[in-house]
Amino acid sequence: MSNYNVTVIGGGPGGYVAAIRLAQLGMKVAIIEKYDVLGGTCLNVGCIPSKALLDVSEHYHNAEKRFTDFGIGVKGLSVDFGRMIARKGEVVKANVDGIAFLMKKNKIDVYNGLGSFVTKNKIAITNKAGEKQEIETEKVIIATGSKPTALPFLPIDKKRIITSTEALSLTEIPKNLIIIGAGIIGLELGSVYHRLGSKVTVVEFLDKVAPSMDEDLSRELLRVLKKDGIEFMLSTKVKGATVKGKEVTVTADNKAGEAIEIKGDYCLVAVGRSPYTQGLGLENIGITLDERKRIPVNDHLETSVSGIYAIGDVVRGAMLAHKAEEEGVLAAEIIAGQKPHINYNLIPGVCYTWPEAASVGATEQDLKSQGKAYKTGKVSFKASGRARASGDTDGFVKILADKETDEILGVHMIGPRAADMIIEGVVAMEFRASAEDISRMSHPHPTYTEAFKEACLSATDNRSLTM
Amino acid sequence: MADLKIPAVAESITEVTLSKFLVKDGDYVELDQPICEVETDKASQELPSPAAGKVKLVASEGDDLKVGALVATIDESAAAPAKEAKTEAPKAEEKKAEAPQKKAEAPKAEAKAPVAETKTSYATGSAPPAAQKILDEGGVANKDVKGTGVSGRITKADALEAIKNKASIGGAKKEAFSRGERVEKMSRLRKTVAERLVYSKNSTAMLTTFNEVDMTNINKIRAKYGDAFKKKYDVNLGMMSFFTKAVCLALEKYPAVNAYIDEGNIVYHDYCDISIAVSTPKGLVVPVIRNAESLSLAEIEKTVKSLAIKGRDGQLTMDDMTGGTFTISNGGVFGSLMSTPIINPPQSAILGMHKVQDRPMVIDGKIEIRPMMYLAVSYDHRIIDGKESVGFLVAIKDFLENPDKMLLGADPIDLLLEMI
Repeated sequence: MSNYNVTVIGGGPGGYVAAIRLAQLGMKVAIIEKYDVLGGTCLNVGCIPSKALLDVSEHYHNAEKRFTDFGIGVKGLSVDFGRMIARKGEVVKANVDGIAFLMKKNKIDVYNGLGSFVTKNKIAITNKAGEKQEIETEKVIIATGSKPTALPFLPIDKKRIITSTEALSLTEIPKNLIIIGAGIIGLELGSVYHRLGSKVTVVEFLDKVAPSMDEDLSRELLRVLKKDGIEFMLSTKVKGATVKGKEVTVTADNKAGEAIEIKGDYCLVAVGRSPYTQGLGLENIGITLDERKRIPVNDHLETSVSGIYAIGDVVRGAMLAHKAEEEGVLAAEIIAGQKPHINYNLIPGVCYTWPEAASVGATEQDLKSQGKAYKTGKVSFKASGRARASGDTDGFVKILADKETDEILGVHMIGPRAADMIIEGVVAMEFRASAEDISRMSHPHPTYTEAFKEACLSATDNRSLTM
Repeated sequence: MADLKIPAVAESITEVTLSKFLVKDGDYVELDQPICEVETDKASQELPSPAAGKVKLVASEGDDLKVGALVATIDESAAAPAKEAKTEAPKAEEKKAEAPQKKAEAPKAEAKAPVAETKTSYATGSAPPAAQKILDEGGVANKDVKGTGVSGRITKADALEAIKNKASIGGAKKEAFSRGERVEKMSRLRKTVAERLVYSKNSTAMLTTFNEVDMTNINKIRAKYGDAFKKKYDVNLGMMSFFTKAVCLALEKYPAVNAYIDEGNIVYHDYCDISIAVSTPKGLVVPVIRNAESLSLAEIEKTVKSLAIKGRDGQLTMDDMTGGTFTISNGGVFGSLMSTPIINPPQSAILGMHKVQDRPMVIDGKIEIRPMMYLAVSYDHRIIDGKESVGFLVAIKDFLENPDKMLLGADPIDLLLEMI
């Protein structure tokens, strides 16, 4: 029986990063992955494939809707959806192959099969053919991730009523796509198919989109997406759905409480994700899940069983690949006796619509509820020369800073390349910069980042130079 | 032109060592801005600028300077650089002026940096992730690290340096068979300590008497009331307050121990100014708890704490350290089991505290494990007889072993009772 210092169960961005870090720290590591390829949701059916489709659909959208205005004539523009999906597959394959290479390079043993605790030091692995083997390990990191949440009254058939996983591998562009849930996943996939010509209707129970984001951001995002032509039915309570041939009928109660029907050819259920621990055998080692089916962990990401750690979507906190990665490194270093720390307040959130939306730190509603005295600096991209040149003038950068000390407490932006720009906010906040600190740093001209500086100037002393 | 000269820091001091300049030659300095740091016999202190202007440094770092010697001159006719001007331009103008000036200002930025560094802010002492990890792993608290980053932030380099310093205290690795040696100038403080100790040995008839004290009862009180004490007074109930109190009561019983010889006279004191020997990064200093006999336990603990912090930060002033009628030295904090302390002249006696260690003791014919401390009193036999010194030490022992007896002499326990 093979013997390891640490076994990582789950090969997603949390798990494989943890495995590499453990190997770097000189440990003998095994990683167990239920599917045939490593990479988890992020690489296979999440972040990476959705970005592949978001990027190409954005190109098409630009060619179709904006090129004329730019002075570019396009004739015979068409979508080869099969090629789009195939290219997405190539992107995914290149990425997962990269992970497989990294495992080899770091001498990490990869086991494909379902990992299950026999004892806290013995893991059984059952492969697809049903063959079983066992390995021994001193410590374990559970990184089994999450699955799309299904609503009890709305069974997923994976054909017409689908999750994000199926939405990334459709064989045709939906004519009428109904999306249940206006969270990040729903808005991103909605954008993809809207750009490719689907009529997209987003049905949301709450009265806003991207509900975890700053309210200003959420409002602007809704405004821009609506202007673009996506239909939103907010404060609408979905009650069920039926499939008849190629037609899906979603029944719901609208804002006024009246029963309505929404018809489409596909219905994407994007109401969130649930931790995935099925078949893990947690009961064999005495770990019980919390009320939201997550594995309880302490600040060191250790579970109630000493030597067993858990990271990523399967524990508390935002279900984000980059959060899982940080936790993977943290757990590995803790196991090695180091003392790393994660500032959970500074894990950025990003939405890859166009314009992109991104946030880090406290939202305005957070600060209000904490009763914190703050000031706001908000600058529109309309004032940015760079944004005017590229024709991306929707959106703004908003800085929230401590009223007394001027320390930046939150950064919220919606606009071109916001997903990449948010990192300036993260760095600033990790170093506890004040708004004035940022406004005294040279930002290259002309770039979108100038809006960040201008917002800081505006927060410092209301001295934006361009507004 | 204004001159910065070595001031008469204290009566007994004729010479100081210029340890460090705090400004660079040619800098523009403000009135009262610290120009340099000088070390005197007992403390280091900063010398402020007598005027605003451009500074020219005359003396060099490491110089021994007599009182009145020239350190630096300040050219008051030099104009203050525009950037340093404190007056704020009206907002509207500022906006216009700033934009075109941007490029011209850039080279000056460097000169401004050191000023920014010394500023403190909400972020002072905060460490970004890499630095924080290094500190946590090295077991160094952020407050013990001087951040050199913007506004006192702790940089990765600061953290690495802090860890290195900590390691070197614990014994830096030396090359095997090295025959290297290192010559360092004796600090003024070290020189003074050396002179005074030799003087004490040579000019007194010093000898030491020993005893031991059972700390059981003091430990009980500290365990029982420690938390409440800390809550009420925001200071730990340590051993120092009990020892100081016991010493004061014993001194009242044996006034000769609290006296000193002054040219054929013996000067007795109605008060107990207790010098406490404190080890600081720069060496041994002995700040004084004034009128310790009239202080409560909490007041003693607070005084000890503030003196220790001042000592650590090099902030002790002359006044903090002059005077003193009796000294307590605690070698126990370093693990000493027994020692013969040297009298701090012109005082006539010194108490040495030591490490508390569990030892088998015979109590009522049975062997019991008790927390024991050896006590030593070194005294000047010229004015203190053996009977007095031994009686004095036995009295201290008695008060400490039976703290309730301290009630009869003074009020400290009243405070404790108040809290019950």
